[in-house]
Amino acid sequence: MTTEIDIEQLLRRDSFIERSARSRAQALLDPGTVRELVGPFDRVSSPWLALQNLVTQSDDGVVVAKGRLDGQPTVVLAIEGAFQGGSMGEVGGAKIAGALELAARDNRRGIPTQAVILFETGGVRLQEANLGLAAIAEIQSAIVDVRRYRPVIGVSAGTVGCYGGMSIAAGLCSYLVLTREARLGLNGPQVIEQEAGIAEFDSRNRALIWGLTGGEQRAATGLADACVADDTAEVRATVARLFAQGVPARHRSERTSEFLAALEQVDTETQAAAAAVRAIYGEKQRQGDPA
Amino acid sequence: MNATVSTRGAMWLRLLTGGARPVHDWPSVQAVDAPLAGQAARWIAVVPDTENRFPRARNGEVGLVEGWQLARAVQEIIALDRDAPVKRPIVAVIDVPSQAYGRREEAYGIHQALAGAAGAYAEARLAGHPVIGLIVGLAMSGAFLAHGYQANRLIALDDPGVMVHAMGKASAARVTLRSVEALEKLAASVPPMAYDIKNYASLGLLWRVLRVPDPALPDEQDIALVHATLQAALADILDDRERDLSGRLDGANRQASRRVRELLQTQWEDAN
Repeated sequence: MTTEIDIEQLLRRDSFIERSARSRAQALLDPGTVRELVGPFDRVSSPWLALQNLVTQSDDGVVVAKGRLDGQPTVVLAIEGAFQGGSMGEVGGAKIAGALELAARDNRRGIPTQAVILFETGGVRLQEANLGLAAIAEIQSAIVDVRRYRPVIGVSAGTVGCYGGMSIAAGLCSYLVLTREARLGLNGPQVIEQEAGIAEFDSRNRALIWGLTGGEQRAATGLADACVADDTAEVRATVARLFAQGVPARHRSERTSEFLAALEQVDTETQAAAAAVRAIYGEKQRQGDPA
Repeated sequence: MNATVSTRGAMWLRLLTGGARPVHDWPSVQAVDAPLAGQAARWIAVVPDTENRFPRARNGEVGLVEGWQLARAVQEIIALDRDAPVKRPIVAVIDVPSQAYGRREEAYGIHQALAGAAGAYAEARLAGHPVIGLIVGLAMSGAFLAHGYQANRLIALDDPGVMVHAMGKASAARVTLRSVEALEKLAASVPPMAYDIKNYASLGLLWRVLRVPDPALPDEQDIALVHATLQAALADILDDRERDLSGRLDGANRQASRRVRELLQTQWEDAN
């Protein structure tokens, strides 16, 4: 192989993916400024999982961390992929929506507050179905509210990825940062296979899944703003750089004309391939990758 | 598959707008300008298009194109009223079986298309447009998030054909490793898991549930009743200073949502 691996750098690398949700949130905020709200000691767990004799968690898999990032008031909403697949139930969903609602209110009161959402989620927690869906609608509403004042940045590092209604929430963020390990899509491969058959989507074909919905492809097609290495310092630096850019002139979810024009070019007679998507959505410049 | 094509959304849109012509020649997203309470309003429905260029979106599903067209239908109203002191209402007539499930859809970012739609509705509401969601049939999952769930007020017809849910039964069973029968049994005792509108109403997300003798075959009286309810919703929105979704938090089965917000509020102030 001609590719030289920098062993030193590899050893120094501080994996973001391997961190828990709480540790990820702490790593993004300035040391000594972090305060967790509605934390595990408040013991607000899912009443609906308990009703079904399923294991609950005292933070319901969502960490709300308030602090500063490069001195700016920031709230980090970190989803724990290791609990129930990062699924959104009533409590976890209310933590994210409620914190964003307060961030929007602070902005209106003259405290410019920005937000980071760490998406590691399969979407709605089906054991709390309609309350999860309702919470996601409220999260989406609050993202749109906050992003009028300060950026809302979504990060999905992996390994769960970002699916279901929460992928729509990710699509509402001002900026989106992914790693190569992350996947971003509306419908999970299993669900597409169930609904449409294995010819439409083979949920065991990992190359297909990452090729079409992985972090590298999403960044290359402009559906994400950056694809970064699994390195905590790099994730933090990228988030800080995007915050410094301020609120974009137009959010990705507002680029209706461009997307409608691009979709006209899609050949719907043949099945989609990664290269065709890149050709139509345009090779986007990978912005500011330190590597 | 065994998908049945529903025409309820198209029918209710036509009846409520007196058959006014859609403003675009889009086959699967119909946007109609017709009065509500004597003032100009925009009415929007997603309808089946059996010839849809995208084969996975032929039964009324919200697909890539539908998502962005919904966004356009709402954004053009926001632009039209940008400098107007009174913002015209938007009524989403909701009968959406699901989002489109397919490889093409994922490849071209259907999540982003649905974000376009959800974002446009939320922007409209925050800009002061009264947004009302009228559920006349299915309101499923991502399709509902894109079309209607951002409304200031939600109204549903009380009928077995009216359902709100996060996922179809077969897929929900597979993902939660249960049989469909086990899932149905469980849903009967866990209100947020239920598929029927009575249980859904207990969550407090609906502003009104309306009884119409036969929602598949409404008569003039039924149409008048729905119009009157939409007018009442409009008046209620105009009376409300809030433009957010806080009106949905009062349900008997949403105690935890309220508790979390109370705690957050107190601790947030302390952390400032």
